[in-house]
Amino acid sequence: MPNALKKFLKRGGKHQQRLAIGLMLGALLLLPFATDALLGRGWVRIVDFAMLYIMLALGLNIVVGYAGLLDLGYIAFFAVGAYCYALTGSPHLALAFPMAFPDGLHLSFWIVLPLAALVAGGFGVLLGAPTLRLRGDYLAIVTLGFGEIIRIFLNNLNAPVNLTNGPQGISRIDPVSVASVLLNSTQNIFGISLPSVHLYFYLFLAFTALVVFISQRLEKSRIGRAWMAIREDEIAASSMGINTRNLKLLAFAMGAMFGGASGALFAGFQGFVSPESFSLMESIMVLCMVVLGGMGNIAGVILGGVLLALLPEILRHIVVPLQQALFGKTLVDPESLRMLLFGTALIVMMLYRPAGLLPSRVRRRELDTDEAAEKV
Amino acid sequence: MTSPLLEVRDLQVAYGGIRAVKGIDLHVVPGELVALIGSNGAGKTTTLKTLAGLLHPASGQIQYAGKSLKNIAAHQRAAMGIALVPEGRGVFARMTVAENLLMGAYSRRDKIEIASDLARMYELFPRLAERRDQLAGTLSGGEQQMVAMARALMSRPRLLMLDEPSMGLAPLMVQKIFETIRDIAALGMSILLVEQNARLALQVAQRGYVMESGAITLSGAASELLGSDAVQRAYLGA
Repeated sequence: MPNALKKFLKRGGKHQQRLAIGLMLGALLLLPFATDALLGRGWVRIVDFAMLYIMLALGLNIVVGYAGLLDLGYIAFFAVGAYCYALTGSPHLALAFPMAFPDGLHLSFWIVLPLAALVAGGFGVLLGAPTLRLRGDYLAIVTLGFGEIIRIFLNNLNAPVNLTNGPQGISRIDPVSVASVLLNSTQNIFGISLPSVHLYFYLFLAFTALVVFISQRLEKSRIGRAWMAIREDEIAASSMGINTRNLKLLAFAMGAMFGGASGALFAGFQGFVSPESFSLMESIMVLCMVVLGGMGNIAGVILGGVLLALLPEILRHIVVPLQQALFGKTLVDPESLRMLLFGTALIVMMLYRPAGLLPSRVRRRELDTDEAAEKV
Repeated sequence: MTSPLLEVRDLQVAYGGIRAVKGIDLHVVPGELVALIGSNGAGKTTTLKTLAGLLHPASGQIQYAGKSLKNIAAHQRAAMGIALVPEGRGVFARMTVAENLLMGAYSRRDKIEIASDLARMYELFPRLAERRDQLAGTLSGGEQQMVAMARALMSRPRLLMLDEPSMGLAPLMVQKIFETIRDIAALGMSILLVEQNARLALQVAQRGYVMESGAITLSGAASELLGSDAVQRAYLGA
C-alpha cells in the first residue's frame, strides 16, 4: 500500500501531492472530534502528548539522525524549556524573590517561548562545547550525565534560594493564550464549542507542522549536508572546508532549541512541572522514537513518536478489559506488559528492520544494495 | 627558481610527550609532484595531518603561498586551497558518489563552475560516472580512492595532499590510481604524495623525501633516490 501510494504521488506530480497534503491536514483538523466520537473524551489529551513527543523526537533527530551525535540526555533541554516557562509564567518567583516579584512574574507565553528556546539552545552549546572531541559511546555517557545533572539540579535548587521548588515542582503555571484567548477553558469559535484539550491540540499541531517544516528545510540545506558529512567522516568533512566545531555546536543548539520550545508548550499545557517528568527513561523513550521510526527520516521519526506515545494508552484500554472478560480479573497490569512488549518490539526491530520502520532514503538504499550484493 | 607553494621549516609534532615528527624541512614548488616516502610509523601521516591543520605542531613554521599557516584551522586551510585525501580514503559512506563529489565543493559558491567541474571529474574517472548514484560505502577500495581524489579536486585545490593512495588496493588498481595521479600532475597540479610503496611513488614524482622515525634522512630528485643504494636497500628490497 505505501508503495502504491508513493507511485500514485510520483505520477500525479505536484498537484496531487498538494491534494494529498491538504487532505491529510483536513483529517488532522478533524482528528480531535473523531477521537471524541469514536474512542472517548480522554483521547485528545493523549494525542496532545503524542505531539509533544513528536516535536521532541524531531529535535533529537537533528542531533542524532543528521549530525550523528548520540545524545542520551536530551530530555534535559525539554526540562530547561519547561522550567523557563514555569518560572516566568507563574506566581512561583514570589517565593524566591518576594521583594522583586510580589506576585511572581507573569510574562506572556509568546515572549517566553523564544526565550525558552534560546536558553535551551544555550544549554545545548554548554553541553556541546566540552564534548566536541567525543564520539559514540563516550559522548553518550557524557550526555547521559548531563541529563541527570539538570534533573538533580531541578530537584535540589529549592535551597538556599527557592528557585525550582524542589521535588514538589512548580504549579499554577499560566495557560497559553493566543490572541487573548486563554487555552485552559472551553471556547466557542464560529459556533463550535472547543474544550481546552482541543485548543491545545490545534496549537501543538501548528507547532509540529512548523518543526516538520524547519527539519525538512534543514535536511536539504548546506548546513544539513555538512552535518551528514560530519556524521560520515569528521576528518574528511573538515578537509572539505566544513567548520566541524561550529556545526556540531549548531546541531546541539538547534536540537536543544526544539526541545526547549516543546518544554515551554508542555509547561503551559500541564500547568505544572516537576523534576520527575524529566527522568533518564524519558530521554531513552525519545531516542527510541527516533531509532524505531528511522533515524534521519522525518516521516519515520513522526511514526515512531506516534507509536511509542500511543502504545501505552492503547494497551491500557485493550489489555485490562480483555483480561477482565477472559479471566474475570487483571492478571498483568498494562504498565509491565508495556515494557515487555516494548522490549520485544525493539528486539524484533533490530532483527528485521535494523534501519527503522521508515528508513531514511540513504539507509534504505544502503540495505537494498547490500541485498543486491548478496544475491550476486 | 620559483618561490615554493609550500615551505615547511623545522616542523615538530608531538602526541602527548612523544615526538612523532622531529624537526623536518620540506618544500613543494608550484606544479611539482613531491613524494614523501618511508616505512610505517615514520611520521608521514602525522606530517600531512599537521599540514592540513588536523594536528597542531609543537614548533616550526609552515608557509603556504607566502603566508604562515599558524593558527589557521583545518576548514580555513581547505578554503585556501589545501586539499587532503585522507588515509583510508574517508569517503562519506552513506552518500552517493555524486553527493560525495559535491561535498568537495562545499567552500565554493560558483554553481555553474561546480557543475562543469563535476562533469570533468566524470571524464577523468569514467568509473565514477557509471556509479554516480551508488552509495560510496558500497564501492570497491579503488573506486573509493577515486571518489576521495575526485572529491578533493572538486575544491579546486592549489595543493593536493594524498595520504597512502595505494593502501589496501589490488595491484592492478594501484597501477590505475598512480596513472591518474600522473594525469592530475600533468594538468599542473602541485601534489604532495605520502606513500609506503616507494618505487611507485618515486616513479611518478619529480622529487622525493625519505622519512625515518620522524626525521628526513634523504632528499633529492626522484630518479636519484630511486637509484641510490640506501633507498634500494631499505625500501625497494634490491
